[in-house]
Amino acid sequence: MQFGIFSVSDITPDPRTGRAPDDTERVRSMVTIAQHADQAGLDVFATGEHHNPPFVASSPTTLLGYLAGTTENILLSTSTTLITTNDPVKIAEDYAMLQVLAKGRMDLMMGRGNTGPVYPWFGQDIRQGINLAIENYALLRRLWTEDVVDWEGRFRTPLQGFTATPRPLDGVAPFVWHGSIRSPEIAEQAAFYGDGFFHNNIFWPTTHTSRMVQYYRERFEHYGHGRADQAIVGLGGQFFARKNSQQAWDEFRPYFDNAPVYGHGPSMEDFTSQTPLTVGSPQQVIDRYAAMREHVGDYQRQLFLIDHAGLPLKTVLEQIDILAGEIVPALRQEFDAKRPEGVPANPPSHTERVAAGRDLATVGAAPVNRDES
Amino acid sequence: MVAGESGATRRSLVAVSAGLGQPSSTRMLAERLLGGTSDALAEQGVGVDTEIVELRGHAHAIVDAMLTGFASGELDEVLGRVTAADGLILVTPVFTTTYSGLFKSFLDILDHDALRGVPVVLGATGGTARHSLALEYSLRPLLTYLRAEVVTTSVFAATEDWAGTDAGPSPKSHHDAAQTEGLPRRIHRAGRELADRVAANPVRQSGDLFDGTPDFGQMLGQLGH
Repeated sequence: MQFGIFSVSDITPDPRTGRAPDDTERVRSMVTIAQHADQAGLDVFATGEHHNPPFVASSPTTLLGYLAGTTENILLSTSTTLITTNDPVKIAEDYAMLQVLAKGRMDLMMGRGNTGPVYPWFGQDIRQGINLAIENYALLRRLWTEDVVDWEGRFRTPLQGFTATPRPLDGVAPFVWHGSIRSPEIAEQAAFYGDGFFHNNIFWPTTHTSRMVQYYRERFEHYGHGRADQAIVGLGGQFFARKNSQQAWDEFRPYFDNAPVYGHGPSMEDFTSQTPLTVGSPQQVIDRYAAMREHVGDYQRQLFLIDHAGLPLKTVLEQIDILAGEIVPALRQEFDAKRPEGVPANPPSHTERVAAGRDLATVGAAPVNRDES
Repeated sequence: MVAGESGATRRSLVAVSAGLGQPSSTRMLAERLLGGTSDALAEQGVGVDTEIVELRGHAHAIVDAMLTGFASGELDEVLGRVTAADGLILVTPVFTTTYSGLFKSFLDILDHDALRGVPVVLGATGGTARHSLALEYSLRPLLTYLRAEVVTTSVFAATEDWAGTDAGPSPKSHHDAAQTEGLPRRIHRAGRELADRVAANPVRQSGDLFDGTPDFGQMLGQLGH
């Protein structure tokens, strides 16, 4: 089971001081957060992609490329890479470059993006969101798996004899997750390719998350990638922890009350009971997230949003220490003890994927390739 | 409230009242429209399950849903029943020439397609009959935009309708009992129109998010790949 953090890169004034970092400070804080997570022993750091203030993460591969050179073990990912408004050719090149530089210590998550104006800024139409996700990803797969591509589609200029460079590391494309909150079509897409499915459940009731994941699992099995319980699932999460519950509530409440996404709406009491947000002692966080497997089955990646709502950098780093030092070890033990035989503990690593490719090559079997059906 | 007998042909009716007071004349009108529709369905041998939703009790949750993007708990269940209903009765007080903000907020948190093809009767209440056209210039276009099937008759109840100061279009009767005949007659007509639509439609299937999900080959195929 991988545990990590994902950032949306928001600049929000600290409600206790009224102070907000500028863009430079916020970008640098993301670097510090990722490096600290690496040193603390977390498994994953993922960055969002946004093209509008108050978010600063417009260029994930630049950030992740820098992190690849300045971290040791942590896996670098995205949450999410916009498959709708980015050119799939550029995604193929950017992330193959990152994969080479990070020596395979990366993967990425596809998402459609929910900010309407971003589509026209990049020459696309939000009403075509699903279709863009389907066609662009189909092309991206081909660019990574085929050396020379002839292609024609609805949303970009045709390609003739095109080769994306650099070629993926060891001839194996990066592992891909598909993130969707509401669209079963995206769960279907993830299942079709045998890719991972990530449900960012942080603002959603559990019943909905369970249903989306179950749908993906059933379709994963339907497409012949393995049993439903072997499908690769990731979830979002949110917590704020202090030694005791009262301390956590007192300290986090002003941030909750003014947060861009839920502030001035539901009370923290209601919101924490209706969504996965957990404010309390480390043990309360452990109990809450250990129970996730009862709703979605055994899953492979848990990412937490912790650097948002104007929380000071120092506090975020302390949250990373509590996560890595107290919460993750207990959760890992819990999940390891309960995971059934044959269910993968982690998403496939680059090394495993390279080995799997070789196995298939030695026995002379062609890898399952449904990309061009 | 249950009427009729056959399980296979049962329909569900939900009346939504955006009244803010307690007691509320808006709720009273919603109840009467619900009763009128149920009676008309019963006459056709169609059984109904009915429910009244008072938005007042969900007001905070509706605003929360606007801010967070999702409805939770009891409101989520209410939305499920409203959007699955075979027929809807929507009643709002008229404030500042139009439907109440709470009424609009409730419609705003529904999925864009949630009311597509759903038979609806509209009702409104107000202090004076001079507001009655708000139903036609403001509620009806709103529901048309949502592609609901709004019946021809809508019912406005002004204070005087309840007080019985206006006998309504019933010149033959001068008894006290007939003083409010105007409103009951309109309710009866609207209820019958809604009942006819509801009875003529097949029982609605639940609008499950996953029912219409195409398989991947279809999705690629539609794009010409």
